Amino acid sequence: MTRYIIRRILWLIPVLLFVSLITFTLMHITPGGPWDKEKAVAPQIVANLNAKYNLDKPAWQQYLIYMSGVVRGDLGPSYTYQDRSVTQIILGGLPNTASLGAFAALVAVLIGVPLGIIAAMRQNSGLDYSALAFGTIFASVPTFVLGFVLIIVFALTLHLVPTSGWGKPNQYVLPVLTLGLNQAALLTRITRASVLDVSRQDFMRTARAKGLQEFLLVRRHLLKNAMIPVVTVIGPILAFLIVGSLVVENIFSVPGVGRLLVQGISQRDYSLIMGSTLLYAVVIAILNLVVDILYAFIDPRISYR
Amino acid sequence: MATSTTALTTEAPRRPADAEVYVPPRTSRGLYRDAWRRLLRNKLAVAGMALIVFMILVAIFADVLSPYDPNRLFPGQSYVRPDAEHLLGTDDVGRDVLSRLIHGARVSLSVAIFVQLLILCIGLAVGGIAGFFGGRVDNWLMRFTDVFYAFPDLLFVIIITAAIGSSIFNIFLAIGLVNWTDLARLVRGQLLTLRERDFVSAARSLGAPAPRIILQHLLPNAAGPIIVRLTYGVPQAIFTEAVLSFIGLGVRPPTASWGSMIERGNQAIFSAPHMVLFPAVTIALTMLAFNFLGDGLRDALDPQNTR
Repeated sequence: MTRYIIRRILWLIPVLLFVSLITFTLMHITPGGPWDKEKAVAPQIVANLNAKYNLDKPAWQQYLIYMSGVVRGDLGPSYTYQDRSVTQIILGGLPNTASLGAFAALVAVLIGVPLGIIAAMRQNSGLDYSALAFGTIFASVPTFVLGFVLIIVFALTLHLVPTSGWGKPNQYVLPVLTLGLNQAALLTRITRASVLDVSRQDFMRTARAKGLQEFLLVRRHLLKNAMIPVVTVIGPILAFLIVGSLVVENIFSVPGVGRLLVQGISQRDYSLIMGSTLLYAVVIAILNLVVDILYAFIDPRISYR
Repeated sequence: MATSTTALTTEAPRRPADAEVYVPPRTSRGLYRDAWRRLLRNKLAVAGMALIVFMILVAIFADVLSPYDPNRLFPGQSYVRPDAEHLLGTDDVGRDVLSRLIHGARVSLSVAIFVQLLILCIGLAVGGIAGFFGGRVDNWLMRFTDVFYAFPDLLFVIIITAAIGSSIFNIFLAIGLVNWTDLARLVRGQLLTLRERDFVSAARSLGAPAPRIILQHLLPNAAGPIIVRLTYGVPQAIFTEAVLSFIGLGVRPPTASWGSMIERGNQAIFSAPHMVLFPAVTIALTMLAFNFLGDGLRDALDPQNTR
């Protein structure tokens, strides 16, 4: 077990090296540089800027300089914001992305898991069919389509919440729902299928035959086993929420990391793009790691070499 | 018994030429015909298929079907709400939304198809080589796949498109290059289990060469899950293309694409919500249709399923 955890943690290193190398390479073959503005800049100024930001050095040196900074938590200077470093800019956006993702995860779990359990316990009832309809439709509707539909219905027609912005509680509603409902639908389907699967197992029949109370049966035998597949998808769901927030932030003008990334792309701010991509990759890799380790604790049937 | 032993010792087992093999006429229904029947019994899958066929026809006959040229500007008719002249209204520069929607189907569906072709090629090659040869080759290829898999999909596509430019071909390339890992793992897993099955050992002991084993025995049996995976990949690709257009990395204007229509509409969502609503609903319906078909195919192609 300890060896497994250590191996999984060491595995982060090649993954992050790959991500940084690919991002760095792609950014360098990108046509157009950070100094391409509407007004032409004098060649001497461009040369000075390049020298200041080490852009005149060969690519591999730039990569090494950059990575040695990354290890120390320095994501380099931003090419568009003179007064702040990329680390500062990203740290400014991170709390917004994190709270958006956390609330969305809460929505997904609090709606998806209970709905899936109830649907499975009342299989083929009206409630079950509604849960299935919810699960099918919301899992297929892409986040940004849902976002616009919610804006049109709740902000423009019913005037219940503002269309965009961030900070006040009522501005959280639409972005969080947009991001969370899609994964809530997925969780509903998975939970329902898993509960149904477990309730057909032999040990359930045995427990029922020996006269175990229905409540204890559900709690001790059914849910404990049925939650294992649900826990495994929490990792992919969190990863989806983090990447999905990139879209949602841009729909609702949430000042988070995803919005910074898109801004960075349109302004050719290499270091901002690199920084936010690396952050996304690190967070997702760590989340997957944690979920995998959790999974090893939860399901004793699985052995790890 | 005795004769067969002598036959084996006296002459090497000879692989019969294809022409000599007696192929009995098919009396039983094959797996795929059976699956097709099951698929037709699934109402949601049939509905999804009907919508997909409809969309494909719309994309093919876009020039005939659309009421106006998708790039024709109607001066003084910006942000027109849906009416008799413009069934779905006009956009910010006075272009007919319905016509643009119809032409946008071409972008989305061609992304859907070509991306899956690319994924199929890469996934089959990587997964096939890993699964068929096994050992060290398998180990290295799968580690490579794992590292690729760890890169967040959407982010990777965005960065590739930002780097190589956003022509429609580059969009195919970016989405395909990122999303093949699932299929490679699937193909490898299928091959690893199929390799140990009796009919493959039988073919091998009869002296069938590797390409024949792969083409005749392994691939047809692995095809079911691959088809299902590719079908589920379509809505994912359509979504990715729409996101790219939405954040300004999609096909170049004035080419109509559903994502770029939403992006333009987003800037006028207060005055003209119809500009966002129609492409959004179209994307959602198309994705739903492919998901229904995928669910139907998954159920139909599962031989354990005797519904």
